[in-house]
Amino acid sequence: MSDWNPPVDSPEIRRLTPVIGPGHTFGSVTDKISSIVLTRPTSLGWYIGFLIAFSLMGMMTIAIGWLIIKGVGIWGINIPIGWGFAIVNFVWWIGIGHAGTLISAILFLLNQKWRTSINRFAEAMTLFAVACAGIFPLIHTGRPWMAFYMFPYPSTMGLWPQFRSPLIWDVFAVSTYGTVSLVFWFVGLIPDLATLRDRAVKKPLKIIYGMLSMGWRGSARHWHRYQSAYLLLAGLATPLVLSVHTVVSFDFAIAIVPGWHTTIFPPYFVAGAIYSGFAMVLTIAIPLRKAYDLEDFITMRHLDNMAKVMLATGLIVAYGYFFEFFLSLYSGNKFDVFLVQQRLHGPYAPFYYALILCNILTPQLLWSYKLRHNVAVLFIMSIVVNVGMWLERFVIVVISLTRDFVPSAWGRYSPTVWDWATFIGTIGMFVTLLFLFVRVLPAISIAEMRELVADTSEEKK
Amino acid sequence: MMQHRSHIYGVMGEFGTPEELLHAVEKVREAGYRRFDAFAPFPVEGLSEALGLKRNLVPAITLLGGLAGGIGGFFFQYWAMASTYPLNIGGRPLNSWPAFIPVTFELTILGASLAAVFGMLALNKLPQPNHPVFNVHRFTHASSDRFFVCIESKDRKFDLAECARLLEEVHAHHITEVALD
Repeated sequence: MSDWNPPVDSPEIRRLTPVIGPGHTFGSVTDKISSIVLTRPTSLGWYIGFLIAFSLMGMMTIAIGWLIIKGVGIWGINIPIGWGFAIVNFVWWIGIGHAGTLISAILFLLNQKWRTSINRFAEAMTLFAVACAGIFPLIHTGRPWMAFYMFPYPSTMGLWPQFRSPLIWDVFAVSTYGTVSLVFWFVGLIPDLATLRDRAVKKPLKIIYGMLSMGWRGSARHWHRYQSAYLLLAGLATPLVLSVHTVVSFDFAIAIVPGWHTTIFPPYFVAGAIYSGFAMVLTIAIPLRKAYDLEDFITMRHLDNMAKVMLATGLIVAYGYFFEFFLSLYSGNKFDVFLVQQRLHGPYAPFYYALILCNILTPQLLWSYKLRHNVAVLFIMSIVVNVGMWLERFVIVVISLTRDFVPSAWGRYSPTVWDWATFIGTIGMFVTLLFLFVRVLPAISIAEMRELVADTSEEKK
Repeated sequence: MMQHRSHIYGVMGEFGTPEELLHAVEKVREAGYRRFDAFAPFPVEGLSEALGLKRNLVPAITLLGGLAGGIGGFFFQYWAMASTYPLNIGGRPLNSWPAFIPVTFELTILGASLAAVFGMLALNKLPQPNHPVFNVHRFTHASSDRFFVCIESKDRKFDLAECARLLEEVHAHHITEVALD
């Protein structure tokens, strides 16, 4: 093998594009990542970005405040569209979270080394996306202060939640997902918090990071148990992430509404979740590596791999669309056939065509090696897919509910300004949290990068 | 006879690479020491074996947590839906177990994950904000680019001069006493 030299720019060379820039040592990765948090002055761009995001979050707060004062009547919901934007946005946000767990858990189990530099902020993205998702069902209850009714607690009325209902399954799935994602993320952070504690100069920072790191000292005996726990968490998070969007799809699939009542929903929802999640990871990774000069750590190899995962999951989603379409026609069920006609020719048909354009047709450009290596194209593509996946949930929710069995039950739905303010506001909240995260915590796992340095230096020997 | 120096925690030596650390740990263990520890800024491959660490209790605790979550979750639903708050819906069976599976599954994962995390922390005796090894000035590098071995004074064979010599033999830098507090 050693005297065989592959031609420049051959697939072999491309495959060997490193997951970390050359010349890095344990010290240099530590310095570079921890300096973003500890020594680098906060840039003007950070303040401007944070201000915009925080203003949008303020808009969300106002929208929710007004909702609590006036009630859900300020939204565009009606009968038959009882949930509208609340469920569309909930499903969209939960789906986005899925890529974080996929990267941190499934790629860890598959021993994919390229996950190392993206898993930390992808997990943070998961947490923030779940937080945004959780807002919608909460405020949709109309009386959010009564939301604890959904949890089983011994009440004086002797009531218990209806455990046979998919909505209660959802409560358990999403709250378990949020909790497990949080502890998984925190366990990964412990050694890095110790690094920040040891490198911080200011006393208050030393104390804060010291308390968060819980006195981690890198003892081999501690690492021994830490690695067991981390591996087990990855193993547990893997079935969990697949179950969460499955349960979310049950919210639809268990109902007998045309277009919802199909067995393809669980796998197709999970694939769609990973698809939109990877799109969001790209949307975040591209500006992040640029702003903090992290091109050595988040290399073209990462972007290329993520684009490939997007392409693959996008094809699974396309397969889902095709079979949804085919089975509706093949079933001969007149309500299902009618729903397909409504998707193609009904009042919401433009949304359906936009969805096909965003989710199926445009991403086929990613087959091209050149386009996958063009950062600007990838960024635009990731936004297109995010829009497409939002449209998908809109189409599923709105078209089916406005065109079910009897014409007297048909309706129309259009969101109001408060719907939009809440939705765009959650995007503001998501970005605000991300801005704070990159400022106060290491956006890339330092301990795992050192491991990567050790591994790659061994390979060279 | 052996000299017991119980007013210090131990002796510490510093290393620059994981290979040196592994070599040193093997030598210290061969010399018959048992109460000593290695410190590294990332999990070094082969270090647990070199220290002679066997399987740990984290997987067993995780299994127990998962079983508790799953079994507890299932029977809680059974109790709530079939016993204390039964609702007769069209005469369907009260113990509709397939409908209890999603929540049972989620609670299994929740129980197992929390047990894994809190079990790991408890076995590691964390949080423990202070520890004698932090008294060593250069130990701040243990979380970035240096590797350390510390032989504890509690070891039966512990002798300050002897331990320092052994660490020197395996090419440790900055060999220092670790004060107790």
